[in-house]
Amino acid sequence: MECVFGLVGNDFAVVVADTSAVHSILVHKSNEDKIMILDSHKLIAASGEPGDRVQFTEYIQKNVALYQFRNGIPLTTAAAANFTRGELATALRKNPYSVNILLAGYDKETGPSLYYIDYIATLHKVDKGAFGYGSYFSLSMMDRHYHSGMTVEEAIDLVDKCIMEIRSRLVVAPPNFVIKIVDKDGAREYAWRESVKDAAVASA
Amino acid sequence: MARYDRAITVFSPDGHLFQVEYALEAVRKGNAAVGVRGTDIVVLGVEKKSAAKLQDSRSVRKIVSLDDHVALACAGLKADARVLINRARIECQSHRLTVEDPVTVEYITRYIAGLQQKYTQSGGVRPFGLSTLIIGFDPYTGVPSLYQTDPSGTFSAWKANATGRNSNSMREFLEKNYKESSGQETVKLAIRALLEVVESGGKNIEVAVMTKEHGLRQLEEAEIDAIVAEIESEKAAAEAAKKPPAPAPKET
Repeated sequence: MECVFGLVGNDFAVVVADTSAVHSILVHKSNEDKIMILDSHKLIAASGEPGDRVQFTEYIQKNVALYQFRNGIPLTTAAAANFTRGELATALRKNPYSVNILLAGYDKETGPSLYYIDYIATLHKVDKGAFGYGSYFSLSMMDRHYHSGMTVEEAIDLVDKCIMEIRSRLVVAPPNFVIKIVDKDGAREYAWRESVKDAAVASA
Repeated sequence: MARYDRAITVFSPDGHLFQVEYALEAVRKGNAAVGVRGTDIVVLGVEKKSAAKLQDSRSVRKIVSLDDHVALACAGLKADARVLINRARIECQSHRLTVEDPVTVEYITRYIAGLQQKYTQSGGVRPFGLSTLIIGFDPYTGVPSLYQTDPSGTFSAWKANATGRNSNSMREFLEKNYKESSGQETVKLAIRALLEVVESGGKNIEVAVMTKEHGLRQLEEAEIDAIVAEIESEKAAAEAAKKPPAPAPKET
């Protein structure tokens, strides 16, 4: 029931992920951050097997950092996406990672971009993308309302519409979402959309 | 399949490892490098041998980053340096991946020194022909450090040290003139030590400073020239002050 989606706007890219960590019928926590800041201008939103998700994205993050130290300049978003896909493809027929990824980035020369990378190493450069059961609803909403060159306000409005659809129509909808954005000023957290806060522990 | 298992670095009858000592000779022929630790800053300075006319000097970076908070300068065989630096950079990221913590300066120094030692006790390989000066800030305590390694694989922490060409003169100068300093004073001390053995001028020395907030920053040629000018004028003022006072005019 993990929901991840994202879209490219005017001069930025935004990705959204639910924040529930679930094991069978138990919700471990509802504030798990599934969008990793890959480097100063890249975000990886990942969904799938929790162990694989963390292991794989951290591995990619450290390799991207190593490239920067070795070569003095950061990887482009396209290069990072292709590297990620390559790692998934290499592991696929031995020890596949069950992780679906939306990689959003901003490059000075080419602007914002979004890459759809699924667990069997499919790679697509897209304007909007989504994973999980929530994708049935968020993709439909984005198909209806998305246009190229959206402003941040318009994009966040569309994001909220998608979250509303997921909350109202998905049977086991995750209660909370995190929104992160990447633009020329870098990758950062934009907002949370919480409908359930972890209850404070009552004193004995 | 030919296997290289014959050791090259073996003991001499009087207990020397000649290959390691020869490697130290190679270091002594390398460019001068100096490192000075301050209370809130660490400085590395390296001699820049005059570049060939057609060479793009920007492609020859002598002070390199190993991680956001650790940097290295070395003296000796530059090709060997590339190998060590690459291994150290991988280790910095690998450490972050496995324990989710950045390396301490001591850890990465111990790693590099360990690597240098391994190559004095393995079959078919020769020691690395370089000594390194490693600077950085502890990621938790924020304490600055300066370490040195050499081809034998020994390492230790220093308040200030020099390696490479004429390192003895530079070290003597540092021993005479070192005192706890911070900020620009530390930078000046490092440059003054280098100027003892290097031709004066911004295009003959490369200087980088590391602070806790801003990480490693390479100084521009103009900045170095300005500091060198300051040092020269201070030296001139000191000389003038030392001169005996002019003799009193003779009475007629």
